[in-house]
Amino acid sequence: MAEPPLLYNLNNGLSDLMTRMKAGIPGAHTGLVVLLVLLVAGFSLFIPNFASVGTLQSFMYQLPLLGLLSLAMMAPLITGGLNLAIIATTNQCALLMAFIMQSLITPDSSAGSAAAVIVLALVAGLALCLLIGLATGTLIAYTGVHPILITLGTKSLIDGISIYLTRGMALSGIPDGFARIGTMTIVGVPLIFLLLIVVAVIVSIILRRTAFGVACAMIGSNIEAARYSAIDTRRVLVGVYVMSSLICFFAALVMLATFNSASADYAQSYLLVTILAAVLGGVDPFGGFGTAGGLMLALAILQVISSGFNQFGLSNYLTVAIWGGTLIFVAMAQTARPYLMGLLPSRFDGSK
Amino acid sequence: MHEDSQMAAGSSFLVQLRRRPEAWLLAVIAVVVIVFSLTARDFLTLANIIDLLETYSVQAIMAMGLFVVLVSGGIDISFAATASVAQYCAALLATQLGFPAPVVILCGLAIGVALGCLNALLVHYVRITSIIATIAMMSVSFSLLMYFSGGKSIYTLPDWWTNRVVFWRMETASGDIVRVTLPIVAMAVVTLFTWAWMTRSSVGRQLYAMGGNAEAARRVGMNIGRLQFVAYGYLGLMAAIAGLLQAHRVGESVPNAMYNTELAVLSAAVLGGASLTGGIGTVPGVLLGIVLLAVLQNGLNLLGVSSYFFQIVIGVTILVSTSITVISSRPGRRHRIIAGAPSNG
Amino acid sequence: MSDDVPFLRLTGLSKRFGGVRALEEIDWDVRPGEIHCLVGENGCGKSTLIKTVAGVHPPSAGTIEIEGKPVLPLDPAGAKALGIQVIFQDLSLFPNLSVAENIAVENHLDRLLKPVSWKRMRESASAVLARLGFTLDLDLVVSDLSVAERQIVAIARGLVAEARLIFMDEPTASLTRTEVDRLLGIVGRLKADGIAVVFVSHRLDEVVEIAERVTVMRDGRKVGTWPADQVNEKRIAHLMTGLDIDHSIVARDMGKAEPVLEVSGLSRRGEFADIDFTLRRGEVLGISGLLGSGRTELALTLFGMHRAEHGSIRLEGRQLALRSNRDAVRAGIAYVSEDRLSLGVILQQSIGDNIMLAVMRGMANRLGLIPGNARRQLADDWVRRLAIKVPSADRAVQTLSGGNQQRVVLAKWLATRPKVLILDSPTVGVDIKNKQGIYDVVADLARQGVAVILISDEVSELFATCDRILHMRAGRIVGEAVPGEITEANMKERIYA
Repeated sequence: MAEPPLLYNLNNGLSDLMTRMKAGIPGAHTGLVVLLVLLVAGFSLFIPNFASVGTLQSFMYQLPLLGLLSLAMMAPLITGGLNLAIIATTNQCALLMAFIMQSLITPDSSAGSAAAVIVLALVAGLALCLLIGLATGTLIAYTGVHPILITLGTKSLIDGISIYLTRGMALSGIPDGFARIGTMTIVGVPLIFLLLIVVAVIVSIILRRTAFGVACAMIGSNIEAARYSAIDTRRVLVGVYVMSSLICFFAALVMLATFNSASADYAQSYLLVTILAAVLGGVDPFGGFGTAGGLMLALAILQVISSGFNQFGLSNYLTVAIWGGTLIFVAMAQTARPYLMGLLPSRFDGSK
Repeated sequence: MHEDSQMAAGSSFLVQLRRRPEAWLLAVIAVVVIVFSLTARDFLTLANIIDLLETYSVQAIMAMGLFVVLVSGGIDISFAATASVAQYCAALLATQLGFPAPVVILCGLAIGVALGCLNALLVHYVRITSIIATIAMMSVSFSLLMYFSGGKSIYTLPDWWTNRVVFWRMETASGDIVRVTLPIVAMAVVTLFTWAWMTRSSVGRQLYAMGGNAEAARRVGMNIGRLQFVAYGYLGLMAAIAGLLQAHRVGESVPNAMYNTELAVLSAAVLGGASLTGGIGTVPGVLLGIVLLAVLQNGLNLLGVSSYFFQIVIGVTILVSTSITVISSRPGRRHRIIAGAPSNG
Repeated sequence: MSDDVPFLRLTGLSKRFGGVRALEEIDWDVRPGEIHCLVGENGCGKSTLIKTVAGVHPPSAGTIEIEGKPVLPLDPAGAKALGIQVIFQDLSLFPNLSVAENIAVENHLDRLLKPVSWKRMRESASAVLARLGFTLDLDLVVSDLSVAERQIVAIARGLVAEARLIFMDEPTASLTRTEVDRLLGIVGRLKADGIAVVFVSHRLDEVVEIAERVTVMRDGRKVGTWPADQVNEKRIAHLMTGLDIDHSIVARDMGKAEPVLEVSGLSRRGEFADIDFTLRRGEVLGISGLLGSGRTELALTLFGMHRAEHGSIRLEGRQLALRSNRDAVRAGIAYVSEDRLSLGVILQQSIGDNIMLAVMRGMANRLGLIPGNARRQLADDWVRRLAIKVPSADRAVQTLSGGNQQRVVLAKWLATRPKVLILDSPTVGVDIKNKQGIYDVVADLARQGVAVILISDEVSELFATCDRILHMRAGRIVGEAVPGEITEANMKERIYA
């Protein structure tokens, strides 16, 4: 007689479903791809030249900042945590780099010294992100306080320092060379987009093919069991927040190249969008599952919606509302799937 | 074993107290108050205190609603958006359609409750985890509000809404006038009601139970769905009240005035001991959380410290206090095997 | 009502889930005030039966009668009203609420709009505790209680609800002997009040000792019901599985083998003291003792998760300074935790990933990447070697049965090539057929020269696998025995003395 499969309901049907999706790996992303194709096709009906190179190009210019920030959010999500401070970190890093470049590069600096200052700025930015990541990760790993609270604290702290030092004003004075990077293309593909792809690929490889990455997923699913299995959970947690902050460094680069300035206030509204994108892309909000590929697809979907509605002349606000609506719609579809496919009785153990 | 439980109970009131975050919070507040009263002029004056109460009344009311949701085991960060939407819609009804006060207020409250129930629907029926669901709802609500309002404030609110309502006034020795106004009274009423409700009514206790162990609650026969609608609906109601009061205080309805205040309110609730996992927290604790943040901001203000610095202080406070409360409440017991008394073994 | 009318009677009860037949034509009865044990392997239908009687599942066929009256259709509230209470193994308590509130929680359900009367709740809670002959501080928060105390609270809650029949799922699983005795005392009081108790238990020796009647289930059917004095463990095991499980003694004299692990004077305040023993290559050393004797704490210290305060551990002559379990694994010590579900496996992740958990760092190439084929090969290899029944190592561990899950845990640790393998209650919740499989694995390992420490509560298990058995009590080693030189019955006497 067949044994009924054991279902350990973690109190949330969505998590359950995602687990089952991951277990039967092919098809996990098909839904997203289908949605993407449908959206592009749909918009093309109403907007001439929607699926054109021009749109693709503008898309490739707009995506990298949000994309990098979403990657920075995804890594901690996989361990079952969250990094609410990514925007704050990115802004502060950009501010630091802008400050260095602004103060040390004068109109009559030689190209060589300008380059040297840029390098100095980059190193400083990297070091700052590293420091923030280490501090955050250490606090989370060693105090056991929920990451939402710790990163709420670090976000306030970092934002506070940024605002305090700049009095809320933006810093500009980025050298032209830098600004040019923001628009440079290789074979028609913007450099910043390539940067996004490279970072996404590296993150993907780390998460799927290294012991560290596998440990992240394990910790996300069951940190105690991971600890008992001789995984250094503390080190991995510190590592994940360091990784998150380092990705923020790249986001800061893109921000400087795109906006030509830095401020404590930029991109604050993106915070929630990054979580949205991650969850849409299949990252399990409870931890343990998620791929960079899925995230990229989700971002593509969000970006297509945004571009499409933009071309309709719809306000930005409406776009965000639609993004929220998309998430809800996808979640409903995922919840409804087993009913539609008749795979399961409505609640297996019948407890109501 | 019997001696174990005796030991645990008798094992001093102080040890028990040490484990309660409210106690720590009170201590911290006391220290902060002492420091400020010594260094900042006019800190510990009645006028200042009443003023502080009024300024933070709106956040306190929202915190009470959030507290209920946290205790029930969920989380909701869309309440500021709900407050804004309820406020703006009520403002529209009052100014564009000229509805009378009772209708406007009722509609505002109803919108708040409806948005709260929408959250509950997403969490219970669509089975989306609460933080994601409410993030989505927040995005949708705020964005739609900004879109339909065009970002424009409504200045022409009717007098009944914006006229100051004074319950008690007095003149202090130094000539200041101290007024206890509507927001303060509303905050007091809401706080008392929430406290009574959560500690003395069966629905409140069921919420605590559900937060502690939802599966057990289900098995015992509690209606989980209904409880979630109650919790999120209550937060929606509180948000609406807060929104209406906010417009009352400032005299206009600004769509994005309450943007980004969620995290501050969440911090206050968590500082006060409400657990993110559910089932734990008290109204006095949340109140203390708000008090701490209020006192910090006010004290720094009076000291002439730039308000930009306040963010830094909040950040450090959250980090330090949450670390302390988690570390201090860890039982850290070893299995007492050799001592002779059988234990958890 | 005459004494002959059973309190609960099932006739022809069947339950199907889709195509799966969970219960097949069950005829069963429970007498008022009876102490009845329900046994059967995992998956035999015990929990489905309980849930059906509790109104959680509507039966597909058959009738349920309570005190002679048919009660179908039945829902959970209805079952409760008729006096049926189920205490699941997790006890369904609210850890954040007080003892009084947990016991009297029913109160909250009746009085929707009226205020809660704390006084009434406390009165009803203390009345019920008094009935059980127990005192407990009503204001203690349940998360501060021990497992035994929590169980009392769960039972008390059942009584407040005026139970007439209480189902208890594995009630003795985490109790010390004294606590078991206390529980039995309570069950006796319940019986005196005319309340029937149905135990579900895997501990066959306890079943025989406690029950008045025993019902054995297998594959969704009832094999039969017997008075407890007419059956013994062996017979029950045979009835549960249809197999003849005969454990012969395998103890060998390992005195000549070289020592692998030498522990001397090991102490950790409050947990264990003066532990001295030597483990030899290829030996299987058992550690027996009641729950609370310090065995798991000792194992955790040997595994590097706790630090000993005194004494030393030498592995192959070298003194070990273990700062974490990573050091232990590197040295060649592995530990299979007794809590398989929350500490042994990571249920939601794949079998392959679970298996490579402890060795993945060593599998990385120079770039830090784990080659895909090495990963697959490791998983497939171990699935084959330990005969884990699964079509693909990509499946999540939670889709496996308890016995197969335990094999995944074993695979994970065996992949680290341990010199010493510590098994802590490895066959709890594993059905009899799989138990034997695990014993075979242990014997195999011993033959290959791995030294094994087996911690277990089941004396027959220790006798079937070990060369020597150490007996621990209150944190100290109080005796040593060789299976064969002493009988199982004598061993049990020593342990329970």
